[in-house]
Amino acid sequence: MSADLLYTEVEEDLRAAVRRVLRDRCEIGSVLARCESGEPYDLALWRTLAGELGVAALAVPEESGGSGAGVRELAVVAEELGRAVAPVPFLGTVLATAALQAAEATEPIPGIAAGERVATVAVGLTTAPSAPLPSGVRAEGGKLTGSVTAVVDLEVADLVLVPATGPDGTGLHLVDTADPGVVRNPVTPLDLTRRFGTLELSGASGELIAADAEPVLRRALLTAAGVLAAEQVGLAQHCLDSTVDYVRTRHQFGRAIGSFQAVKHRLADLWSGVSTARATSRAAADALTREEPDGETELSVALAQAYCSDLAVLAAEESLQLHGGIGMTWEHPVHLYLGRAKSAQLTFGTADRHRARIAELAGLPA
Amino acid sequence: MTDADELRTAVRDFLAEHDPGGDRLEFLRARFDAGLAWVNYPVGLGGRDAPRALQPVVDAEFAAAGAPDNAPSRNGIGLGMAAPTILRFGTDEQRARYLRPLWTGEEVWCQLFSEPGAGSDLAALATRAVRDSDDWIVEGQKVWTSFAHRAQWAILVARSDPDAPKHKGLTYFVCDMTDPNVDVRPLRQITGEAEFNEVFLNGVRIPDSQRLGEVGQGWQVAMGTLMNERVAIGGGSAGRESGMIGVLAEQWRAHPEARTPGAHDRLLRLWVEAEATRLTGQRLRQQLALGTPGPEGSAVKLAFSRLNQEISGFEVELLGEEGLAYDDWTLRRPENVDFTGRGPGYRYLRAKGNSIEGGTSEVLRNVIAERVLGLPPEIRTDKDVPWKELPR
Ligand SMILES: Cc1cc2nc3c(=O)[nH]c(=O)nc-3n(C[C@H](O)[C@H](O)[C@H](O)COP(=O)(O)OP(=O)(O)OC[C@H]3O[C@@H](n4cnc5c(N)ncnc54)[C@H](O)[C@@H]3O)c2cc1C
Repeated sequence: MSADLLYTEVEEDLRAAVRRVLRDRCEIGSVLARCESGEPYDLALWRTLAGELGVAALAVPEESGGSGAGVRELAVVAEELGRAVAPVPFLGTVLATAALQAAEATEPIPGIAAGERVATVAVGLTTAPSAPLPSGVRAEGGKLTGSVTAVVDLEVADLVLVPATGPDGTGLHLVDTADPGVVRNPVTPLDLTRRFGTLELSGASGELIAADAEPVLRRALLTAAGVLAAEQVGLAQHCLDSTVDYVRTRHQFGRAIGSFQAVKHRLADLWSGVSTARATSRAAADALTREEPDGETELSVALAQAYCSDLAVLAAEESLQLHGGIGMTWEHPVHLYLGRAKSAQLTFGTADRHRARIAELAGLPA
Repeated sequence: MTDADELRTAVRDFLAEHDPGGDRLEFLRARFDAGLAWVNYPVGLGGRDAPRALQPVVDAEFAAAGAPDNAPSRNGIGLGMAAPTILRFGTDEQRARYLRPLWTGEEVWCQLFSEPGAGSDLAALATRAVRDSDDWIVEGQKVWTSFAHRAQWAILVARSDPDAPKHKGLTYFVCDMTDPNVDVRPLRQITGEAEFNEVFLNGVRIPDSQRLGEVGQGWQVAMGTLMNERVAIGGGSAGRESGMIGVLAEQWRAHPEARTPGAHDRLLRLWVEAEATRLTGQRLRQQLALGTPGPEGSAVKLAFSRLNQEISGFEVELLGEEGLAYDDWTLRRPENVDFTGRGPGYRYLRAKGNSIEGGTSEVLRNVIAERVLGLPPEIRTDKDVPWKELPR
């Protein structure tokens, strides 16, 4: 059966609901203002999205405390969050819920689903789904020591899933960030709307939830990388839409700048790119939902990442260029999109790394 | 409402009464008469008013039974463009006369649109049609006409009123290609072969009963035809690594000595583009099947042209000495474009036409920018001027 690349009615309803909340509560001016405040994330908004719309546990089955939808629905939410560059701990949540589900650890899920507790996973944000996993934390007698860099959403996380190596191999441990052995060092991010930092553990308590961290983390990274592609599509779509609006109204030389062919053709090409990105992102979400055989799902996700991450950067860069000087100002939001797109290009591996993985999966050796 | 199961039953009933191994033409005619040709067409004209999305169900049933098909690749213009135009704009007599032999392939069609002076700007065309009691006399030259040397009929746009602005003075006809005043000459292309023709219309007499649509409405009818062309270009439901990227991937696997890191990077970029474009085409077809055609067709055509050109250029480089050679320069008259059956040099040269045929990439970008994105139209100086006063 070939992938269903369209949106279902249920998905469109979900999109409309998320978009309504974001329109009312996540206007771009307030996102910009928040960036420089002491509270860069809007956790009240997150509690609404998670608690009322259920976006945090869409891909978790009902028997594990989720809503039993799928990655397809999660991807639609990601598109909307990408359009709004919403400052909420979404990506960490996607990683954590996918990991908990793969580990069959149900207990923390209801709190995460309700938006009451924020969770993330201690892997570097640039780790590709097939790359070596972090090995900086040791486990001895249930106590964890060591550090992991570039952990997404760390500042606001109540729970962190940490891979730690002990005498019996590398297990996955659930750590409460209130533990006195936990120190979080935030990094000033290029992407003002998505935060990360270094996690330092000195004898922190961890509850072992999976004896072998590897397959659990791989699944979490694969899911999150697929969902990120959808976020990139949403971001690119916003950059295209807002640029088209702008070039229709801005006049130079006695004409709307959008009537010049040099401008029209660039936007037509960008539109084609967004259409293509959307098809790849839908294919990845569909493969993750239907649980295609492993290689096939991995190939779909690698393809979506190889395409969407560069396309989102292109969209933000074209948007900036076609806005002219105003695009270079702090007041204009395009830099938030550019920062998000450029950081997302590295997130879960650059397009180059995904192409290298495709070479292995499709039998195209170097 | 017809559903897939009803159609399957209809096909099985039909097969029980008609031997798929018997006379091919008889079989195809009977299939048309049973309403199992193009299921979305009206009853009596080869269809049963069923959703277009169900056509694959019928085709698959017939294919599984080993039944002959109507060789769609040999009559692409007829099936893809002439038929929907006749259905929409033709009279009852015209539909009854033309559609059955068109579908069975007994009568092949071509399209007399492009002219040496009117390509992108099709509405500028100069071929004249002058009324002579119940007939029209047509005089002019067409170019790039695929299938003209095998065609029985053509759809033709001609200028019936040179005093009107260019879009308003056109009329649309069905032209008999066997008329002695129609002169078809092969047009040899850069590949050495002649897929196309120049067609000289030397005072061809066309009865008014072969006019499609009203006098002066030729542009509207032609637009209907071209909309169908865009839909047709969406492509088949091919699998991963089909088409040119598959050829390139096989060359890569077969030539380890040609591999360099730079070439590997190029290969992977092209592979990703090709697979992404394939999925975009698949998404387009899924939209079409729901009856909500998206404008993705133009995006797919743009991407497909660029990709074919890049892939075929890269393949020639990859092959080294082999890439210096060409397979066959003789003037051949192929039945259709054979991208995978011929050599890399042929692929390289023929792919250059992909960004010109069926609307150039520049014109497609204008279409996307204006119709999809709603950007201001090109500034026009020719719209309200009588055609005969335009610079040409
Ligand atoms: C392989 C092949 C197959 C074909 N098959 C058929 C067929 O079956 N039937 C048929 O009727 N015709 C056919 N054609 C003709 C084809 O439709 C025309 O060649 C095409 O529309 C371009 O017209 P032209 O060649 O006159 O180029 P021109 O219109 O002269 O264009 C020259 C250049 O100017 C650019 N240009 C033109 N107008 C604009 C604009 N407004 N903005 C920006 N750039 C512009 C074009 O993009 C192109 O790069 C075929 C052509 C080829 C090459």
